[in-house]
Amino acid sequence: MSKEPVAVVGIGQTKHVAARHDVSIAGLVREAAVRALQDARLGWPDIDAVVIGKAPDFFEGVMMPELYLADALGAVGKPMLRVHTAGSVGGSTALVAANLVAARVHRTVLTLAFEKQSESNAMWGLSLPIPFQQPLLAGAGGFFAPHIRAYMRRTGAPDTVGSLVAYKDRRNALKNPYAHLHEHDITLEKVQSSPMLWDPVRYSETCPSSDGACAMILTDRGGAGRSPHPPAWVHGGAMRSEPTLFAGKDFVSPQAGKDCAADVYRQAGIADPRREIDAVEMYVPFSWYEPMWLENLGFAAEGEGWKLTESGVTELDGDLPVNPSGGVLSTNPIGASGMIRFAEAALQVRGQAGEHQVDGARTALGHAYGGGAQFFSMWLVGSEPPTS
Amino acid sequence: MPDAPDVPDVAVVAFGQSEHRANTADLSEVEMLLPVLAETLGQVGLTAGETDFTCSGSSDYLAGRAFSFTMALDGVGAWPPISESHVEMDGAWALYEAWVKLRTGEAETALVYSYGKSSPGHLRDVLTRQLDPYYLAPLWPDSVSLAALQAQALIDAGHTDERALAAIAARDRTSAEENPHAQLRGSAPPERLLDADYLVRPLRGHDAPPIGDGAAAVVLAAGDTARRLCTRPAWIRGIDHRVEPHALGVRDLTDSPSTRLAAERAGAFDAPVDTAELHAPFTSQEVVLRKALRLGDDVTVNPSGGALAANPMMAAGLIRIGEVAARIHRGASDRALAHATSGPCLQQNLVAVLEGDPR
Repeated sequence: MSKEPVAVVGIGQTKHVAARHDVSIAGLVREAAVRALQDARLGWPDIDAVVIGKAPDFFEGVMMPELYLADALGAVGKPMLRVHTAGSVGGSTALVAANLVAARVHRTVLTLAFEKQSESNAMWGLSLPIPFQQPLLAGAGGFFAPHIRAYMRRTGAPDTVGSLVAYKDRRNALKNPYAHLHEHDITLEKVQSSPMLWDPVRYSETCPSSDGACAMILTDRGGAGRSPHPPAWVHGGAMRSEPTLFAGKDFVSPQAGKDCAADVYRQAGIADPRREIDAVEMYVPFSWYEPMWLENLGFAAEGEGWKLTESGVTELDGDLPVNPSGGVLSTNPIGASGMIRFAEAALQVRGQAGEHQVDGARTALGHAYGGGAQFFSMWLVGSEPPTS
Repeated sequence: MPDAPDVPDVAVVAFGQSEHRANTADLSEVEMLLPVLAETLGQVGLTAGETDFTCSGSSDYLAGRAFSFTMALDGVGAWPPISESHVEMDGAWALYEAWVKLRTGEAETALVYSYGKSSPGHLRDVLTRQLDPYYLAPLWPDSVSLAALQAQALIDAGHTDERALAAIAARDRTSAEENPHAQLRGSAPPERLLDADYLVRPLRGHDAPPIGDGAAAVVLAAGDTARRLCTRPAWIRGIDHRVEPHALGVRDLTDSPSTRLAAERAGAFDAPVDTAELHAPFTSQEVVLRKALRLGDDVTVNPSGGALAANPMMAAGLIRIGEVAARIHRGASDRALAHATSGPCLQQNLVAVLEGDPR
């Protein structure tokens, strides 16, 4: 059976900040949705269904908030789905929406992900109470720091690699008007002398806590034909999950991430991701995850990822730009972060990334992960429609 | 639905559920769920991880912790890694996501499960957190009180009365005598039920669902795979869901336009159904749904006892689909309708139409 090709014809984001005191949750999501509709030059009646995603409901203190958001998202009288797959949710949400078009259930779908983290404290929201977790794991950083240590020991990567990633991403963010952190006076020395939070992760190597939303309009071939701007075409998309903890789990390079990437590359006909992919938006909440994911996603051989970072390959003007938008290290409304990766990848192949545009980007990967490095969602988008 | 000719037919080929209980303090969610998964997958000779796709539905607010679904996934055993997704919704919507996945042709089989434990908290309080956080939730209006508003609106409009509501309760709980999974089985006759005090006027205890814990699972399969796994697959002929405004003040609580539209899109009105399983946690909500779905007296409604006999949060909608599928599997129904709901006063509704092959 042939699936309907899926095109991204509208993208909208809020200006991500620490606290949007000026809008309600409904106001926040509507801002992103309206911008996506404007980008696609479509109106609410053109939308057949809404697929919304966010991380745990506790972050805003609203149980299943999509029910309350139905009005703000123009969903009344339409189907509305709410996805929750931990940190990968922004990506998963886009993939669920894409499948509605691919299966020809709907023609044009609004998909949106958000988090309004100023409503609570995400770090403590992620610190599970006894008896679920020992009391010393404060936030996600406490969980991931030991796995970063394992990567460093395994590969012999120099201690400075993490700071290079943070310095690059925070500088890229200066070119992205929607990014949360705009640190105009950033220097490598400042990153390297920032306070140690979870050894080896320093304050400046850690994602911020943001309020923000991201929306996309996905449509079929017919819809893409009417698009006022060049669409991004979905060439492959996949999700993979594995358990949180088990004997033999490789936290440094989880099998689910490898399998997910392999599935996406197979769908898209990518044989050599390092050569064939022009830009990557990967989920890097802590600096060291850039070299780790470079290996996990097949851009570098095992143990070699840090060399790409160190030699400048992942810089905006490098051979394989990673997170030209500034990434999660500069903007992190958790539930939206995955969708921002997917949307930024689409912006690159549409040639609409503005100052952080990668010259000539025709193929880009969007990547998200969540939970204990166990939930993965990815899509590969291109400037041309898929041939098969 | 714009069906391309080569879109695969998708069927429910297996269904299982827990014994729904008021309190399962002796079991974790995973312990409640795993026997249901094993039993359901066993019906078609599969184990977890052997289906092409897995999708679940649950709520962090019921579990009282973030990412609660990851504990269930650990129990399911996602190794080697699996293609998997989760909705923070009733399992009926997880089934919908899986149905879409199978329709893309990317998967031929899917495991769908959902579960909820209401017993650790105070459900009437917990559900107030589902309401508009600025204008409604601060008032803590509880789910029974909101349903009572809807029931009173129905009575005022002349659509029902307290005796008719009692008859619905008595019918469902009498039907549940045949359902070993039900939490409440058997009922006094309607006239005796009316002797009870009000819970929230005009609702009495019998008008409200039992609060309890439970889990359910379904296996979906496409085309010839479904025929190989099941002697009489329950084909999903149509499935659709719609949402209404959240604010009760802008809705006509005596009607359910979202249910009617979902039913139209699912093809429910194209031919008569012999059976309907309605996710009506309150007796009064069956009145709304019957009208929206144009169900006549010739349709067998809630042979399982419905949500009035067992209403495990996040699973009760999926169970409606599973119950009609199981009847089709065993030849007790040929064309049936299943309905699931979410949100206050039937805000969001899903309708599925299932059929067996001609006998």
